[in-house]
Amino acid sequence: MQPEQQQKQQKQGIDVTVLVSIGRHPITGRARRAEQDARGLELALAMEAELPGSRINVLHAGSQDVDSEVALRSYLGMATGVGMGLESMTLLEQPDGSDAILPLVEHLAATSPQLVITGARAERGEGSGLLPYALAEHLGWPLVNSLASIEKVENGVVTLLQALPRGQRRRLKVRLPAIISVDEAAPAARQSAFGPARRATFSVSPTASDADSELAQWHLSPARKRPKRLKIIKSASARDRFKAAASKAEGKGGQVLTDVTPEQGAEAIYKLLKEEDVLR
Amino acid sequence: MSEIIRRDPRREWIARNRLHPDHASVLAEIGGVQVASEWLGPNGVVRKNPRAIGFIGPSGVKRIDRSGLQQGGQATATTTAARESRRTVTIDQPAFLVAVVPDLTGGRLSNHDKDLLGLARRVADADVEQPGAVVAILFGEHKGEGDGELKKQALGEAGIDRVVHLDDELYAGFAPEARLAVLSAVEREMTPRFWLLPDSPLGGADLGRRLALRLGERAATGVWQIEADDEAPLGWQCTARGAAGSLDIQRPLPRVALALAECAEPVDETRHAAEPLSLVDEIPTILSRIEDLGQVAVDPAGVALAEAEFILSGGNGVKQWDAFHHAAKVLGATEGASRVAVDDGFMARDRQVGATGTWVTARVYMAVGISGAIQHLQGIQRCDKVVAINLDPGCDIIKRADLAVIGDSTQILAALVAMVEQQRGGQRDAA
Repeated sequence: MQPEQQQKQQKQGIDVTVLVSIGRHPITGRARRAEQDARGLELALAMEAELPGSRINVLHAGSQDVDSEVALRSYLGMATGVGMGLESMTLLEQPDGSDAILPLVEHLAATSPQLVITGARAERGEGSGLLPYALAEHLGWPLVNSLASIEKVENGVVTLLQALPRGQRRRLKVRLPAIISVDEAAPAARQSAFGPARRATFSVSPTASDADSELAQWHLSPARKRPKRLKIIKSASARDRFKAAASKAEGKGGQVLTDVTPEQGAEAIYKLLKEEDVLR
Repeated sequence: MSEIIRRDPRREWIARNRLHPDHASVLAEIGGVQVASEWLGPNGVVRKNPRAIGFIGPSGVKRIDRSGLQQGGQATATTTAARESRRTVTIDQPAFLVAVVPDLTGGRLSNHDKDLLGLARRVADADVEQPGAVVAILFGEHKGEGDGELKKQALGEAGIDRVVHLDDELYAGFAPEARLAVLSAVEREMTPRFWLLPDSPLGGADLGRRLALRLGERAATGVWQIEADDEAPLGWQCTARGAAGSLDIQRPLPRVALALAECAEPVDETRHAAEPLSLVDEIPTILSRIEDLGQVAVDPAGVALAEAEFILSGGNGVKQWDAFHHAAKVLGATEGASRVAVDDGFMARDRQVGATGTWVTARVYMAVGISGAIQHLQGIQRCDKVVAINLDPGCDIIKRADLAVIGDSTQILAALVAMVEQQRGGQRDAA
């Protein structure tokens, strides 16, 4: 690619839509910005700094009341300065307890952003984490979960780092448009500034939406503590049960190498490490 | 032969007379190989020889085990009997199918997978007259203990009736679209009544949600309890965690469910057939818009000790710490330490493994010069494989270790480092 063209695209940037939801403080239960969604917005802001000219659109579907407005404004307070693109956010207004998927799909299909960033799961309601998948299925876009960082965007292909368990990372290349979901592995969100949050505006568009009748039929209750699993010893004799309860945990007859040269010992260890596939 | 039991009064008399020169041999004759402690006396009364009871314990003291199991020498026989006490179950004509897609992390069924299979068994075996069959769809290599028959046995003991095994390069790494195509093919051909997946970040959570949307089902996620309920459409009610773990949602169990760890007890009484199945239709190849560029090398020192995969831990027996750090770097292991090494100032406090430090969950834990205090062993309870290098063959970590090498740790580590470097060098030359 020619350098000028590359520069042009760099200037152009891409359209990013960040889906935000209203969080719930784990102790007080008050409305706040959702942890994962804030991380998603942080990621988008970091990308905008890398790729000037990107436009960030913050989108929320839900009702508008006093509590939720405070929570939503704290997302808007995350970027300061003129031209950062967070002076306003789009609010698809719908009554409480209605299905958010279809309005979101319609809005995304109409505005067609190149990248949609969302948290992995909501902190209120069902919180099943199905929404990003539902959007991907409806729109037919590829989806990548558990994102750690965005490395670069060029030629309509984004290179990402996906977080794996045990602190590992995987590099992926995804063709745009795409949906990416963010969880605890992404960089922590910055503080929200009060002033810009107050000054920001909402562009509200009411939507016709169906009530989520299935959710209404379910029984919701505060989470019970899960019973701790007991160590069950199935044995006929009291002696075996006592031995199992009183003795130290022992390996199931490990291999012990005595009187070996260091090389032989190292060989055996090397074989085990290879078998377990931990050597990279 | 006549039914009358012929008695030999003389032999019985010798058996009773401890001082008789033939006493031992006669007792052995009466009681088979071992010295008999009980036999039928001349008047039909059971006679006991209290001196024949018990066995000589490890410290030379006579021990008597009154639990009904005889003698120390037979202990191994009872454990093998316990292993063979599993009932073999074969389900030839299943009434319905329950599909399970285990994570198969590192090629083995994890504890989460086994719990999930336990849940699947509960659902499948609810009606004794018409049991269902559990179909497991395995992606990638299966590295169960042993091979051939034993491997199949490991799957069967987890409660699997049928296995669809896809060991192809196509499904390695992050390939949700290819895996989803396989699951869709299974759905078309077998139409299982339930799909159960682990709600784990190892891949089950992602794949399960994709599958649910593809099948047009509203999946239950974070399921941790199920109970039979006749009013529910599929006969089961489930309790699932919702709203970031702060809510319990009770709802009818849908066709697709993602279950948390410890959702049910793993199978431990039966052994199932684990018959291999293959898909009839060709699986359509999908042009993926996601390209996997492989895992990125992560600095092992930056990985939190609690979630590190491979830990090289040093203790009092390590004399050359520079060599130890070098070994950790070459092996790509996260460094850990025992309390002694930390107290002596060789390692930082946040690297301490054990009850007072970090409880680690490594897949491979290598303990160098650590004798294995109980606090340390507690800290490594959840590790899969433990390798110990130690000078003392009698210490506790040797009992815990899957592989123990007795010898000088400095030399063994140096030899291991040389081996790994040589292997890497060879690979680089080949490439």
